[in-house]
Amino acid sequence: MAKHVTYSQIGTGKGFYSILALFGVFIAAGAAAFLHVEHHGHVATGMTNQIVWGMPHVFAIFLIVAASGALNVASIGSVFNKSAYKPLSRMSGVLAMALLAGGLVVLLLDLGRPDRMITAITHYNFKSIFAWNIILYSGFMAIVGAYLFVQMSLGMEKYKKPFGILAFVWRLALTTGTGSIFGWLVARQGYDAAIMAPLFIAMSLSFGTACFILVVKYTGKATDRPLGTAMTWRLGRLMGVMAAAVLYFTTVRHLGNLYAAEHAGVEQFILFGGNIFTTLFWGGQVLIGGLVPLALVFAPNKVEGSSRVTLAALLVILGGFAQLYVIIVGGQAYPLVLFPGMEVSSSFADGVVGSYTPSLPEIALGLGGVAVAMVITVMAMMAFKLLPKNLSDAALDPHLVAKAK
Amino acid sequence: MNNTSLKDAYIEKTRRDFLKKAGAGVTTLALASGVTLMAYPQAAQARKPEEPVDPSQRWGLLIDVNKCTEDCTACVTACSEENGWKQGGNPGIDAQWIRKLKIKNPKSGHEQTFPVMCQHCGAPPCVDVCPTGASFKRADGIVLVDKHICIGCRYCMMACPYKARSFVHEPLTDQKSHAPRGKGTVESCTMCVHRVDRGDQPACVEKCASNGHGALLFGDLNDPNSDIAKRLASYPTKQIRADLGLDTGVRYQNL
Repeated sequence: MAKHVTYSQIGTGKGFYSILALFGVFIAAGAAAFLHVEHHGHVATGMTNQIVWGMPHVFAIFLIVAASGALNVASIGSVFNKSAYKPLSRMSGVLAMALLAGGLVVLLLDLGRPDRMITAITHYNFKSIFAWNIILYSGFMAIVGAYLFVQMSLGMEKYKKPFGILAFVWRLALTTGTGSIFGWLVARQGYDAAIMAPLFIAMSLSFGTACFILVVKYTGKATDRPLGTAMTWRLGRLMGVMAAAVLYFTTVRHLGNLYAAEHAGVEQFILFGGNIFTTLFWGGQVLIGGLVPLALVFAPNKVEGSSRVTLAALLVILGGFAQLYVIIVGGQAYPLVLFPGMEVSSSFADGVVGSYTPSLPEIALGLGGVAVAMVITVMAMMAFKLLPKNLSDAALDPHLVAKAK
Repeated sequence: MNNTSLKDAYIEKTRRDFLKKAGAGVTTLALASGVTLMAYPQAAQARKPEEPVDPSQRWGLLIDVNKCTEDCTACVTACSEENGWKQGGNPGIDAQWIRKLKIKNPKSGHEQTFPVMCQHCGAPPCVDVCPTGASFKRADGIVLVDKHICIGCRYCMMACPYKARSFVHEPLTDQKSHAPRGKGTVESCTMCVHRVDRGDQPACVEKCASNGHGALLFGDLNDPNSDIAKRLASYPTKQIRADLGLDTGVRYQNL
């Protein structure tokens, strides 16, 4: 490990205020969208009694899942003692908290009764995995906050590892909980699979690392402390392993479903239905979010620099949104099977594929959540010494230079 | 309203009920001796507002699919009128507490129609998943939503295997005082709990009977002497998605 790592805040020049202003516009749009929906009701969204969760949930769950994964770097440093990652672990913790805050903002503001948010704390059903998640999210904030505190305080060195381990275990529990929101829905053919929990863990590690790469790369570039090429590739390959794990769990999930005749309908619908979900699955998740990034980070003959890693991270994020859209909206669009083998019809869209067109307010609310996460990150970097003054390979870990590429 | 005034109101209501029943009894006797009119279905006993629900009871419905005709939607209309939900021309978001379902066997072409509503499960998934406990099951088996603590997360709608729940997407007007609803909350069939508590039958059951079909039978599944329990003991009946093991309170005959 590079001894005597010196951390510094990021500047407060014009550029940073411009970025804050830009994100501020998205936050304002998100706030306007929230007020609009709150006033008119969810009729102002594209969501219906068939597709009850839509675009806000795609954004919210992406951010929540990515939050857990953004803590990867800190875990690898503290728990697995990889010294090169240690100087980046403060940033890792802050980004994790910021992404979770952004996701929760979207989730809570989409409630039918957002004025009753406090009810979610005062009334508790311990049998609900949703309620468990409230504990897991709050706990994540508290634990990562404490983990950051011991990392940044003098004389707290000995507490880093125990807090790191606690945060590591907690984030695995958090993503297990998020995946189980879907995995434990026994009624719907598109969900009802315990593999959702490990799938969501893999998704979190992949999406979170991708977000971390983009944020640190951009910040390094903007603050004249470019992230070392070897370190970028190392992070890129880490993300690649996780992206491969996502493809693995996805394959097992769909093969398992295809084997059971009762799930053949929903698999046919998603994988071969020729609809938006089929396109997003094969084109978005598998190709753009899976195979292409894998090729970018693992293909030999790497070109100079690390722009391929940046591109791969961007594609993993896009693929992640596609994947969550397929899971969340696609899983609901396939009609509930009340009578297997029968043709069903009613005035309540029984037996009919649910249609959903995201409305502008939903997208604005989702982007507002992303902007909240980014503003928290930027402001934290302005207020606290989160990033080392020098992010070069030599400064992060001298061994990296020797082993570079 | 404080306890005393509640009590007074109850005594007043009981007095009026007694007079009405006494009057009806006299009228029945006066109509014709030897002729018995079925003026009071014995399905439910009125419960005092301050009395707890009787956990030994399990209210349920039995729907005889053979008696349900395709062109009749009387049960749906009765529910809508009783509980104040309307279809406003936007089928995607309009609430439907009860709907007529048509199923067709694609191989034989055989068709059946029947109503589907909240199945009032013994082990309701909506209650399990609700984060605040707004979805709850009464001791007598009726599954309800407490509109005061529903936060509108819609997880219960994701969890319900019967698509029985609706989310209120728009502001509401002209609500019924006995069936409060709320924008941004989830709702479903209450088995006309307000009627059951005063000793009446659900509106759908009453309407189906008065239309001459009698396809719906309401009663206490736990009372071996009730009509519904006797029918369940005598004829084969089904639960929708029985494979899920939810022990539904709504059963189907001839399905």
